[in-house]
Amino acid sequence: MTTQVFLELSISATFVMVILSLGIAFIRMAIGPTLEDRVVALDMMTVSIIAVCGVAAVATGVAALLDVALVLALVGFLATVALARFAERRIVYQKETDHD
Amino acid sequence: MIDILIAIFLLLGGFFALIAAIGVLRLPDLLTRMHASTKAGVLGSSLILIGVAINQQDTEVSVRVIAIIVFLMLTSPIGAHMIGRASVRDPMAKTPTDDLPD
Repeated sequence: MTTQVFLELSISATFVMVILSLGIAFIRMAIGPTLEDRVVALDMMTVSIIAVCGVAAVATGVAALLDVALVLALVGFLATVALARFAERRIVYQKETDHD
Repeated sequence: MIDILIAIFLLLGGFFALIAAIGVLRLPDLLTRMHASTKAGVLGSSLILIGVAINQQDTEVSVRVIAIIVFLMLTSPIGAHMIGRASVRDPMAKTPTDDLPD
Protein backbone atom coordinates (compact mmCIF):
# COMPACT_ATOMS: atom_id res chain seq x y z
CA MET A 1 0.00 0.00 0.00
CA THR A 2 1.55 3.26 -1.09
CA THR A 3 1.41 6.39 1.01
CA GLN A 4 -0.94 8.07 -1.49
CA VAL A 5 -3.54 5.33 -1.04
CA PHE A 6 -3.13 5.55 2.75
CA LEU A 7 -3.72 9.31 2.60
CA GLU A 8 -6.88 8.88 0.53
CA LEU A 9 -8.19 6.21 2.87
CA SER A 10 -7.53 8.36 5.91
CA ILE A 11 -9.22 11.36 4.26
CA SER A 12 -12.33 9.21 3.80
CA ALA A 13 -12.16 7.95 7.40
CA THR A 14 -11.74 11.51 8.71
CA PHE A 15 -14.74 12.64 6.66
CA VAL A 16 -16.81 9.88 8.24
CA MET A 17 -15.67 10.76 11.79
CA VAL A 18 -16.23 14.50 11.41
CA ILE A 19 -19.67 14.06 9.83
CA LEU A 20 -20.56 11.64 12.65
CA SER A 21 -19.53 14.26 15.20
CA LEU A 22 -21.71 16.80 13.39
CA GLY A 23 -24.70 14.43 13.54
CA ILE A 24 -24.15 13.58 17.21
CA ALA A 25 -23.95 17.26 18.13
CA PHE A 26 -27.18 17.80 16.18
CA ILE A 27 -28.86 15.10 18.26
CA ARG A 28 -27.87 16.98 21.42
CA MET A 29 -29.17 20.21 19.90
CA ALA A 30 -32.50 18.52 19.15
CA ILE A 31 -33.01 16.91 22.56
CA GLY A 32 -31.12 19.38 24.79
CA PRO A 33 -33.44 20.22 27.67
CA THR A 34 -32.45 23.87 28.20
CA LEU A 35 -31.52 26.72 25.87
CA GLU A 36 -27.92 26.69 27.12
CA ASP A 37 -27.50 23.01 26.09
CA ARG A 38 -28.63 23.90 22.59
CA VAL A 39 -26.21 26.82 22.39
CA VAL A 40 -23.32 24.54 23.45
CA ALA A 41 -24.34 21.97 20.81
CA LEU A 42 -24.52 24.72 18.17
CA ASP A 43 -21.00 25.83 19.12
CA MET A 44 -19.81 22.23 18.76
CA MET A 45 -21.48 22.01 15.34
CA THR A 46 -19.69 25.18 14.20
CA VAL A 47 -16.32 23.74 15.23
CA SER A 48 -17.19 20.49 13.40
CA ILE A 49 -18.07 22.40 10.22
CA ILE A 50 -14.68 24.16 10.42
CA ALA A 51 -13.12 20.70 10.57
CA VAL A 52 -15.19 19.61 7.54
CA CYS A 53 -13.84 22.61 5.61
CA GLY A 54 -10.31 21.57 6.53
CA VAL A 55 -10.78 17.98 5.39
CA ALA A 56 -12.39 19.18 2.15
CA ALA A 57 -9.42 21.49 1.57
CA VAL A 58 -7.09 18.50 1.85
CA ALA A 59 -9.30 16.29 -0.33
CA THR A 60 -9.80 18.77 -3.18
CA GLY A 61 -6.72 21.00 -2.88
CA VAL A 62 -8.84 24.16 -2.99
CA ALA A 63 -7.27 26.63 -0.57
CA ALA A 64 -10.30 28.96 -0.70
CA LEU A 65 -12.16 26.59 1.64
CA LEU A 66 -9.98 27.96 4.44
CA ASP A 67 -11.61 31.36 3.95
CA VAL A 68 -14.95 29.67 4.55
CA ALA A 69 -13.56 28.18 7.77
CA LEU A 70 -12.25 31.58 8.93
CA VAL A 71 -15.58 33.31 8.32
CA LEU A 72 -17.41 30.45 10.05
CA ALA A 73 -15.19 30.84 13.11
CA LEU A 74 -16.01 34.57 13.27
CA VAL A 75 -19.75 34.18 12.72
CA GLY A 76 -20.03 31.20 15.06
CA PHE A 77 -18.50 33.20 17.90
CA LEU A 78 -20.96 36.03 17.25
CA ALA A 79 -23.88 33.58 17.33
CA THR A 80 -22.70 32.06 20.61
CA VAL A 81 -22.28 35.46 22.27
CA ALA A 82 -25.64 36.71 21.01
CA LEU A 83 -27.51 33.61 22.21
CA ALA A 84 -25.76 33.68 25.62
CA ARG A 85 -26.68 37.36 26.08
CA PHE A 86 -30.25 36.53 25.07
CA ALA A 87 -30.43 33.71 27.65
CA GLU A 88 -29.19 36.02 30.42
CA ARG A 89 -31.57 38.83 29.49
CA ARG A 90 -34.45 36.39 29.38
CA ILE A 91 -33.69 35.25 32.95
CA VAL A 92 -33.48 38.84 34.23
CA TYR A 93 -36.74 39.68 32.48
CA GLN A 94 -38.46 36.68 34.04
CA LYS A 95 -37.28 37.70 37.53
CA GLU A 96 -38.54 41.26 37.04
CA THR A 97 -41.95 40.05 35.93
CA ASP A 98 -42.09 37.67 38.90
CA HIS A 99 -41.68 40.60 41.33
CA ASP A 100 -44.63 42.48 39.85
CA MET B 1 6.50 10.23 4.01
CA ILE B 2 4.74 13.57 4.25
CA ASP B 3 1.50 11.87 3.21
CA ILE B 4 1.71 9.70 6.30
CA LEU B 5 2.24 12.80 8.49
CA ILE B 6 -0.84 14.50 6.97
CA ALA B 7 -2.87 11.32 7.40
CA ILE B 8 -1.87 11.05 11.08
CA PHE B 9 -2.87 14.67 11.75
CA LEU B 10 -6.20 14.20 9.96
CA LEU B 11 -7.05 10.95 11.74
CA LEU B 12 -6.13 12.38 15.17
CA GLY B 13 -8.21 15.48 14.50
CA GLY B 14 -11.23 13.49 13.38
CA PHE B 15 -10.88 11.22 16.40
CA PHE B 16 -10.84 14.16 18.81
CA ALA B 17 -13.81 15.81 17.05
CA LEU B 18 -15.78 12.57 17.39
CA ILE B 19 -14.81 12.24 21.07
CA ALA B 20 -15.95 15.83 21.69
CA ALA B 21 -19.32 15.21 20.06
CA ILE B 22 -19.84 12.00 22.05
CA GLY B 23 -18.99 13.97 25.19
CA VAL B 24 -21.53 16.66 24.28
CA LEU B 25 -24.15 13.95 23.84
CA ARG B 26 -23.35 11.70 26.80
CA LEU B 27 -22.08 13.84 29.71
CA PRO B 28 -24.61 14.53 32.46
CA ASP B 29 -24.91 18.33 32.81
CA LEU B 30 -24.18 21.56 30.99
CA LEU B 31 -20.81 22.42 32.53
CA THR B 32 -19.27 19.04 31.68
CA ARG B 33 -20.72 19.25 28.17
CA MET B 34 -19.07 22.64 27.75
CA HIS B 35 -15.80 21.09 28.94
CA ALA B 36 -16.03 18.49 26.14
CA SER B 37 -16.99 20.85 23.34
CA THR B 38 -14.54 23.65 24.08
CA LYS B 39 -11.37 21.66 24.74
CA ALA B 40 -11.62 18.49 22.66
CA GLY B 41 -13.50 20.15 19.79
CA VAL B 42 -10.97 22.95 19.37
CA LEU B 43 -8.11 20.42 19.59
CA GLY B 44 -9.69 18.28 16.84
CA SER B 45 -10.25 21.20 14.48
CA SER B 46 -6.76 22.54 15.14
CA LEU B 47 -5.14 19.19 14.30
CA ILE B 48 -7.10 18.93 11.04
CA LEU B 49 -6.13 22.49 10.08
CA ILE B 50 -2.45 21.78 10.83
CA GLY B 51 -2.82 18.82 8.44
CA VAL B 52 -4.14 21.23 5.79
CA ALA B 53 -1.15 23.54 6.33
CA ILE B 54 1.29 20.63 5.90
CA ASN B 55 -0.60 19.44 2.81
CA GLN B 56 -0.68 22.75 0.91
CA GLN B 57 2.81 24.06 1.91
CA ASP B 58 1.96 27.63 1.08
CA THR B 59 2.48 30.81 3.08
CA GLU B 60 -1.04 32.13 2.56
CA VAL B 61 -2.58 28.85 3.67
CA SER B 62 -0.33 28.66 6.73
CA VAL B 63 -1.19 32.21 7.77
CA ARG B 64 -4.91 31.46 7.44
CA VAL B 65 -4.54 28.25 9.42
CA ILE B 66 -2.70 30.05 12.22
CA ALA B 67 -5.34 32.81 12.21
CA ILE B 68 -8.18 30.29 12.48
CA ILE B 69 -6.49 28.36 15.30
CA VAL B 70 -5.63 31.51 17.29
CA PHE B 71 -9.16 32.81 16.82
CA LEU B 72 -10.73 29.52 17.95
CA MET B 73 -8.50 29.38 21.02
CA LEU B 74 -9.32 33.02 21.88
CA THR B 75 -13.08 32.89 21.38
CA SER B 76 -14.02 29.43 22.60
CA PRO B 77 -13.31 30.14 26.33
CA ILE B 78 -15.13 33.49 26.07
CA GLY B 79 -18.24 31.88 24.61
CA ALA B 80 -18.13 29.05 27.14
CA HIS B 81 -17.77 31.55 29.98
CA MET B 82 -20.83 33.50 28.81
CA ILE B 83 -22.97 30.39 28.41
CA GLY B 84 -21.85 29.10 31.80
CA ARG B 85 -22.73 32.40 33.49
CA ALA B 86 -26.16 32.37 31.88
CA SER B 87 -26.63 28.77 33.04
CA VAL B 88 -25.64 29.59 36.65
CA ARG B 89 -28.17 32.42 36.77
CA ASP B 90 -30.91 30.29 35.19
CA PRO B 91 -33.27 28.90 37.83
CA MET B 92 -34.62 26.32 35.39
CA ALA B 93 -31.24 24.72 34.60
CA LYS B 94 -30.35 21.53 36.44
CA THR B 95 -26.74 22.42 37.23
CA PRO B 96 -25.44 21.85 40.77
CA THR B 97 -25.19 25.55 41.62
CA ASP B 98 -27.28 25.74 44.79
CA ASP B 99 -24.44 27.13 46.91
CA LEU B 100 -23.65 29.99 44.54
CA PRO B 101 -25.07 33.50 45.00
CA ASP B 102 -27.42 34.96 42.42
